[in-house]
Amino acid sequence: MGDRAKSLRNTIVLIAGLLVFWQLMYAVIGEVAMRSPWQTMRYTVTLVETDFFWVHLTNTLQAFAVALVLSVVLGLLIGFALGLHRLSAEAMEPMLVALYSIPKITLYPIILLAFGLGMSAKIAFGAIHGIIPVALFTLNAVRSTKPILVKTGRVLKLSPPAMVRSILFPAAVPEIFTGLRVGFSLTLIGTVLGEMFAAQHGLGYLLMNAIGLYNVDVIMSVTFLLVVFAAGVNGILLAVDRRLHFRV
Amino acid sequence: MTSAHVALKGVTKRFPASAGGQAVHALGPIDLSIRQGEFFAVVGPSGCGKSTLLELIAGLTPASEGQIEFEGRAIENEIPDGIGVVFQEDACFPWLSVRENVEFGLRKAGVAPDEKARRVRDAIAMMGLGEFAPSYPAQLSGGMRQRVCIARTLVAKPRLLLLDEPFGALDQQTRLLMGDEVLRLWREIGATVFLITHALDEAAMLADRIAVMSARPGTVIDMVETHWPRERDSRIVEQESFGATTSRLWKTLREESMKTMGRSAAAT
Ligand SMILES: Nc1ncnc2c1ncn2[C@@H]1O[C@H](COP(=O)(O)OP(=O)(O)OP(=O)(O)O)[C@@H](O)[C@H]1O
Ligand SMILES: [Mg+2]
Repeated sequence: MGDRAKSLRNTIVLIAGLLVFWQLMYAVIGEVAMRSPWQTMRYTVTLVETDFFWVHLTNTLQAFAVALVLSVVLGLLIGFALGLHRLSAEAMEPMLVALYSIPKITLYPIILLAFGLGMSAKIAFGAIHGIIPVALFTLNAVRSTKPILVKTGRVLKLSPPAMVRSILFPAAVPEIFTGLRVGFSLTLIGTVLGEMFAAQHGLGYLLMNAIGLYNVDVIMSVTFLLVVFAAGVNGILLAVDRRLHFRV
Repeated sequence: MTSAHVALKGVTKRFPASAGGQAVHALGPIDLSIRQGEFFAVVGPSGCGKSTLLELIAGLTPASEGQIEFEGRAIENEIPDGIGVVFQEDACFPWLSVRENVEFGLRKAGVAPDEKARRVRDAIAMMGLGEFAPSYPAQLSGGMRQRVCIARTLVAKPRLLLLDEPFGALDQQTRLLMGDEVLRLWREIGATVFLITHALDEAAMLADRIAVMSARPGTVIDMVETHWPRERDSRIVEQESFGATTSRLWKTLREESMKTMGRSAAAT
């Protein structure tokens, strides 16, 4: 219980610190490009009362949800397939890492041409950000399962499906979950980025549009909401993640 | 005359060369016949192939040459029923509690739920883990984790119990007590026990017969009968023949151990 109180205190200190930093930045940079925390929150309240905000938000969440499902499903499939097959894992892992390290934005023209403007391009862009980290974490999780645990399963005469279900999968869960957490953040970034460059809807589009119209209030509020959403979900996932890793 | 429960004929094991390495002749040739219900111990210098021998008998790895039989049937890279193994390494499932770990040993046993619960409780209590039943392995010491693995193997009441240095992570006093526990169990379930150990006194105290292995590739260089009565416990260490057995084991092993030590010293 002491631990929980401590981590709550740390969170509060961190948030307060960020707010102070924000206020200081505002004092230095000024009205040209920023709003103060207080102004931002006030404008956010007005923004969320408008209909057009909800249209954009729903659009982003839809794209993000589909992209996330794609990232997770494909990432897990690729990760498990490669992880269970040692040779192909050795061949494919460097390629995945290489793919992962190129700036995804360079793939954007290709995606646009392939999917056209709109929903599918956004989804594709979100998914290519998420699939590879999920696959890499899963691959390593499966591959680094202690052989002794598999041996124990063999002595207990588990069938291959039971082996995957009762040993390989649970052994890999903490690591896979870390992959999901990273995949979540990256898919969100990818989706919003996709919206910024070619879309007529979504929070990313709203941001880009506000930059064009030089509407600092909207820029600040949308950014604020995105940060709160990402940080909030990540915080929850991180708490679960810690729990899972504690057992290992 | 009791019949052979486990029989090895001309068994060898070579590991094929891996990338950048050379093939390893780990074991053999070995001829061995372990009697039904016998407490059999194996001692030998580190790296001589003891764990490999255990994996061969458990059917976890195929022999390069020779034949292994368990209960009269050949083991051909297929794990036979009725064998329980406690490995040298920690093999607890970290995502399961102590109780769930032990229950896992009964997955395939097909026992009724209440019988299952009783057996699990008994096994946990016997290993002195009662108050830790809801704990996770990460919360236990190395020795306690090893006890969880022993309990997980024992609940299934195997007919052949293979133990690979199961007490390696335990202190001397717990070791002696666990030794008594294993002896009691061995009598109770009437299993054949195959125990690998580094500790010569442990082998001398527990076993009916002790095989002494040479340095790698391991072969049997001495076979010692202890002639202990079936009803025995750790107090036999006070007896004269205990000292005699231990010193005979040591005399045989001293030279072999020096060989392995010398080899690794020369290699560095
Ligand atoms: N999978 C493997 N591939 C290649 N060589 C192996 C493999 N497993 C074991 N060996 C080699 O076989 C030899 C015997 O190993 P083993 O683990 O059976 O020894 P051990 O007698 O159990 O040693 P210790 O007392 O230290 O546990 C060693 O030289 C080891 O390097
Ligand atoms: Mg060993």
